[in-house]
Amino acid sequence: MPDRKFGFDTLCLHAGHVPDSETGARALPIYQTTSFVFDSADHAASLFNLQTFGNVYSRISNPTVAALEERVAALEGGRAALAAATGMAAQMVALLTLCRNGDHVVAARTLYGGTYSQLATTFAQFGIDATFVDADDPAAFRRALKSNTKAVYAETIGNPQLNVCDIAALAEVAHGVGIPFVIDNTLASPYLCRPFEHGADIVVHSVTKYLGGHGTTMGGILVESGKFPWDNGNFPQMTEASRGYHGVRFYETFGDFGFTMKARMETMRTLGPTLAPLSAFLLLQGIETLHLRMPRHCESALAVAQHLAAHRAVEWVNYPFLEGNRYEKLAQRYLPHGAGGILTFGVRGGAAAGERFIESVQFLSHLANVGDAKSLVIHPASTTHRQLSEDEQRAAGVTPEMIRLSIGLETLDDILWDVDQALEKSQR
Amino acid sequence: MPTVDDIAGLRQILTRSRVVAVVGLSEHWYRPSYFAAKYLLDHGYRIIPVNPNHTEVLGEKCYPDLASVPATVDIVDCFRRPEDIPPIAREAVAKGAKVLWMQIGIRSEEGARIALAGGLDVVMNRCVKIEHARVIGGLHWAGVNTGVISARRPA
Repeated sequence: MPDRKFGFDTLCLHAGHVPDSETGARALPIYQTTSFVFDSADHAASLFNLQTFGNVYSRISNPTVAALEERVAALEGGRAALAAATGMAAQMVALLTLCRNGDHVVAARTLYGGTYSQLATTFAQFGIDATFVDADDPAAFRRALKSNTKAVYAETIGNPQLNVCDIAALAEVAHGVGIPFVIDNTLASPYLCRPFEHGADIVVHSVTKYLGGHGTTMGGILVESGKFPWDNGNFPQMTEASRGYHGVRFYETFGDFGFTMKARMETMRTLGPTLAPLSAFLLLQGIETLHLRMPRHCESALAVAQHLAAHRAVEWVNYPFLEGNRYEKLAQRYLPHGAGGILTFGVRGGAAAGERFIESVQFLSHLANVGDAKSLVIHPASTTHRQLSEDEQRAAGVTPEMIRLSIGLETLDDILWDVDQALEKSQR
Repeated sequence: MPTVDDIAGLRQILTRSRVVAVVGLSEHWYRPSYFAAKYLLDHGYRIIPVNPNHTEVLGEKCYPDLASVPATVDIVDCFRRPEDIPPIAREAVAKGAKVLWMQIGIRSEEGARIALAGGLDVVMNRCVKIEHARVIGGLHWAGVNTGVISARRPA
């Protein structure tokens, strides 16, 4: 009998976790331990040689963290995943497994500010260059490719520009030169978009956002599709004997999860931005309701966007599902079930009115996060994108009057009430 | 009768089998065949190396072909090119083996037909180490999507 193909909602609750073999515990045990005993000297040797699967030290793997890894891999329709302490750490581990000193990445200019800085500043110190191009123009990505380019990098939904990525087109650009397309799927979550279905090769997430959903816990993850041909000549580190792990050939030995194994055994093991077991447990509690939360985030965000669009104190509203939005077609193609919970708008009266709006909201939380169950609000120019110059801010789609809302799960009428009363005060 | 490719079927094969002839087993520790055979040894299986180029691998006597193996064999695990599979399948039938297992990347419809006609179960294009770890335990710890969905305590 062929294996059943379980639905997304079932995977949110079950993938990656069966009852504990020792105790029968139904909930996921929190393996709060640094280390795991070896059965014998030979067992230890087999584990270190990767000849058997098992746990050695929680910097490398941990059973509670593994449940999160398998669950997100299943939700994305991928082959394997590796969790990290934060989303920034996950994308770092993914890119440092692909790129060496002297290599190059082509990335969307609209990347999240922290990611932009990681590539433009921190990776530059390692001798890994990045070229940032128009996120809406696949030809610009193609023109920026060089002989040493090892990845094309973009976001499913940009933040805060809310630009929707033409995933299939960028995957084609990357595959044209035999390199992977890496995509940050944080703001869509696998409920709204599964980039592997459109040709992406590696997905990264800040699990802190919609996957976790409760705003209590930091986490990141990378997922590999299992379909990229790592033996195409561009990634000798995948096919040749590893200097970082005593001669293992990762692609030959582990096949379609060889990239994840290399990321785990070389990059994660030596750099160490590991996710804590308790964090993995907390993030999994959130994932159990991802399929219930995402539709509500999307419905309420669209309602708020439509409300703001008709408001006299609002100059413009940006939400991919709004009629006439420049990303409407891409959103319909890649985000058929909704465009997520985030929208931006410009308050009439510029930056000063924007600040008054933020100071006037009653229960919308003013903080630097998105994808929480609670509604959030921020003024990007003075906070998340503060490290960038005004030119860099504009290039990233941040204007002085822009307000970003991350719509939560409160009563919709209450959200609209709070927005309205704050807008009224912003105009005084 | 089709090849075995579902979790329950693979689990049943791996649970009821004890002796695995590894055809094409390398003596080099970094080769996939060595990884797989070492894994099976570590998990309680008896390994019988079959490779005309070696006399001993993993501390076990190595035989030039299946016909020379002086023991009963449950699984014939093939680390050989697709074109080499049909004669191995005929040897496996003659030997009275229970399963012809072609490793990941290896497909031979003709080999499968011969083995199925001889009453063997056939697994194709799957790694015996990865599948054991996937359906019986261990692969999950490497963050791999095993496809296992169950509310039963593992045996």
